[in-house]
Amino acid sequence: MAPPRDVTAAELESLAIGAWILGTGGGGSPYLALLNMRRLYRHGVVVQLMDAMDLADDDLVAIVSNMGAPLVGQERLTDPRTIERAVRMMEDYLGRRFRAVMSLEIGGGNSIQPFMAAAMLGLPVVDGDCMGRAFPEAQMTSFAIHDLPMYPLTLADVRDNAVIVARAESWKWMERLSRTACVAVGSIAGTCKAPRTGKEVKECGILYTTTKAIRLGQAVQAARREHRDPVQAVIDAERGLRLFAGKVQDVARRATEGFLRGTATLEGLDADRGHTFRLAFQNEFAVGWLDETVRVTTPDLICVLDTVSGDAVGTETLRYGQRVTVVALPAAPVLLTPKGLEHVGPRAFGYDLDFTSVFS
Amino acid sequence: MIDRRPAKALRRRIGIDVGGTNTDAVLLDGEHVVAAVKTPTTADVTSGVTRALADLMRTQPRGASRRPPTEHAGLADPATTISAVMIGTTHFTNAVVQRRGLTRVAAVRIGLPASASLPPFVDWPDDLADLVRGDVVMLEGGHEYDGRPIVPFDAAAMRAAARRFRRDGVTSVAVASVFSPLDPSCEEQAATILAEECPDASVTLSHRLGRIGLLERENVTLLNACLLDLARKTTRAFTDALRASGIAAPLYLTQNDGTVMLAEVAEAYPVYSFASGPTNSMRGAAFLSRSTDALVIDVGGTTTDVGALRHGFPREANNVVEVGGVRTLFRMPDLLSLGLGGGSLVTLDPLSIGPVSVGYRLTAESRVFGGTTLTATDVGVAAGLLDLGDRRRVADLPAALVRRAVERIGAMIEEAVDRVKTEAGDVPLIVVGGGAFLVPSRLAGVSSVVGVEHQAVANAVGAAIAQVSGEVDQIFQALPREEAIARARAIAEDRAVTAGAERATLRTVEVEDLPLAYLPGNSLRVRVRVVGEIGDDVRLDAPARRA
Repeated sequence: MAPPRDVTAAELESLAIGAWILGTGGGGSPYLALLNMRRLYRHGVVVQLMDAMDLADDDLVAIVSNMGAPLVGQERLTDPRTIERAVRMMEDYLGRRFRAVMSLEIGGGNSIQPFMAAAMLGLPVVDGDCMGRAFPEAQMTSFAIHDLPMYPLTLADVRDNAVIVARAESWKWMERLSRTACVAVGSIAGTCKAPRTGKEVKECGILYTTTKAIRLGQAVQAARREHRDPVQAVIDAERGLRLFAGKVQDVARRATEGFLRGTATLEGLDADRGHTFRLAFQNEFAVGWLDETVRVTTPDLICVLDTVSGDAVGTETLRYGQRVTVVALPAAPVLLTPKGLEHVGPRAFGYDLDFTSVFS
Repeated sequence: MIDRRPAKALRRRIGIDVGGTNTDAVLLDGEHVVAAVKTPTTADVTSGVTRALADLMRTQPRGASRRPPTEHAGLADPATTISAVMIGTTHFTNAVVQRRGLTRVAAVRIGLPASASLPPFVDWPDDLADLVRGDVVMLEGGHEYDGRPIVPFDAAAMRAAARRFRRDGVTSVAVASVFSPLDPSCEEQAATILAEECPDASVTLSHRLGRIGLLERENVTLLNACLLDLARKTTRAFTDALRASGIAAPLYLTQNDGTVMLAEVAEAYPVYSFASGPTNSMRGAAFLSRSTDALVIDVGGTTTDVGALRHGFPREANNVVEVGGVRTLFRMPDLLSLGLGGGSLVTLDPLSIGPVSVGYRLTAESRVFGGTTLTATDVGVAAGLLDLGDRRRVADLPAALVRRAVERIGAMIEEAVDRVKTEAGDVPLIVVGGGAFLVPSRLAGVSSVVGVEHQAVANAVGAAIAQVSGEVDQIFQALPREEAIARARAIAEDRAVTAGAERATLRTVEVEDLPLAYLPGNSLRVRVRVVGEIGDDVRLDAPARRA
């Protein structure tokens, strides 16, 4: 059994780059979470990463995320004390202590939330998550696909507001109840989702995605250092597919019902000149059309990258005139099962489309 | 391809580029550069600009006589025939990059209890923060995305802080409130209190400068606040120079996007002219070479910038742009800068080149001008790349070492050019700037190294051909989104035309819409910015010059 290992400040920088790519436009910019971690590390904090296989079956793991509309996170900046409060509230409610913290989603800033919580609580972070990317809703996790219980949930605001969802009839009800509370406090809140046992994490989690995100970030950094194409480095690292290169022509977005929803239209450049690519998003990119024909849908990862730097571009940071490349990366196998597709396929986002992977 | 070259503007315009090393000036008559001069930048700025203008006026009649005279020219004093003066300067960026001339700023962040763990200056380089960071005040207030207050604004704490600012002699205050682009009322209340309690301090409000994204907007606000004193001083130096030269034409400062702003407006927003130097040199290169797609290398006295022209415009940086290590969301040309220029310090054995430069002291300190410091210019003269100063003063340099230095400089340039390239094939490279002689005539990955007439003053040419813009930032109600944007675009275009742009050349550079959920009737805040070439015979926006 390997002991938990220290995560270096440099690995956190790589994690921020890699996780932003895996965020498929959502999960919030990791930059602000990273800034918090830099400050904590400067004060001598070091967070440890552990292998899920080293959890005892009856260990208890906190699944954390910053919930809300990414746009709001650009103004109401994430604060480690909020996520710490959500986890402590859960411990008090359960009357039990957590063994470790784990990310709800490895995509975006939520890859770093468990590190912020872990830094405040003195716990290790489990190497993994339950999406392998980012998704907007509670029922879009591997734990939900495996029909694990969805409650309780704790939610903390920066003001003295806190909510416990003690029970919910279904994952959809949990989404509805927690989202309502989240919208009430301004569409951003720290949440501790239903606690997981070590056994559940080992059997139903999507493991080793933290180290995967770090490696992806390192690949981009190496390409930049060596003046290679960082977008190609992403494709090579994850066996992805380049779908379209263009310039952002229009972005329509709206923060509504606790989400950031909208569409973006790209005008083709270079080899794609004369074509357009349209993206629809709900926090994350969900469907992409090439000249009105569906080209890619969730759960394939739809990543929009800065054509030059390879940095991910989030749904809240897309801007008119940006030159971007759309890349598809393969999803975790559990999301591609019939049950998985019920939770995270195009129909789960309201699109009457059958899922065909661009990798099939 | 649409011909994006400036329209047949008949106006006589002076473009001036005030760089760290040289002050360049050109007189443009329509599309023709009729006079061009280069003088050293002076520490006081004014005397350098005055001298450049005097030199320009002296050389101008000879140049003008080669062209058919314009209707205004005649026999009048050339100074009175000038219709506009456009100045581009890297002064403000250089101040931030070199950490000098900056004012200490009091920062007011309104938004507690939100955003508390990441205070103002959070991601600034320590040396810059140490110079600029004054009192940092975080107050309760700010708004939610849906317009509700986060908590009520703590006006009493703002008043107490403002009194302290006055007591401590604070001269510049930056105010940023959470979601102020959606609801600026907290920032406006803070400004009212500051005006009452410390009326002598300048106040920069974040919602006037930036968009959604608290830290980046706040950074720009802080940068602007720390440059205000310098901006006022510099703008007045420009105005004094114009007056001393007998030029009554309105003075404009060029902006990051290649447009101009009246100097008295621009002096309150120095951050808007941060990238005007590179923008001007790229646009000047496009104008002089008649190229629309090429790489551009601008070798100055201190630095070399490499950028790309696409369809006649500088390729923009995509996301976050850092200025002096500070993260911003400015729209700026995507450039690679290296510390190499005509004034770069050189040692031959062991070989080292730059990044330190003698800057504007080139004509005093470099060897060929009688000084004792070996610079890249001296190496160029020794290698026979250019004839400048007294070449006998570098005759003692060993030829082999000189050749090695020239090769190293060529390799530095080749690598920089390669890093900017985004396509595999060979592309043309347009060379501009006073240090152009340092660029080798053959480079890997470059189809041709293109020299242009007046290449040493391309920046000033870029300033002279600056464009005008039209902007709208307005709330539209009960309209479909497409229609609201179309209306905003039409208003912006009309404004640009009123300001002097030729309608056929207008292009949209920015569109942003923000649904305002807290207002009734499907409200949308739409910002559109269009720019265009200065048209025939049109006055620029009313030249309301200070008496």
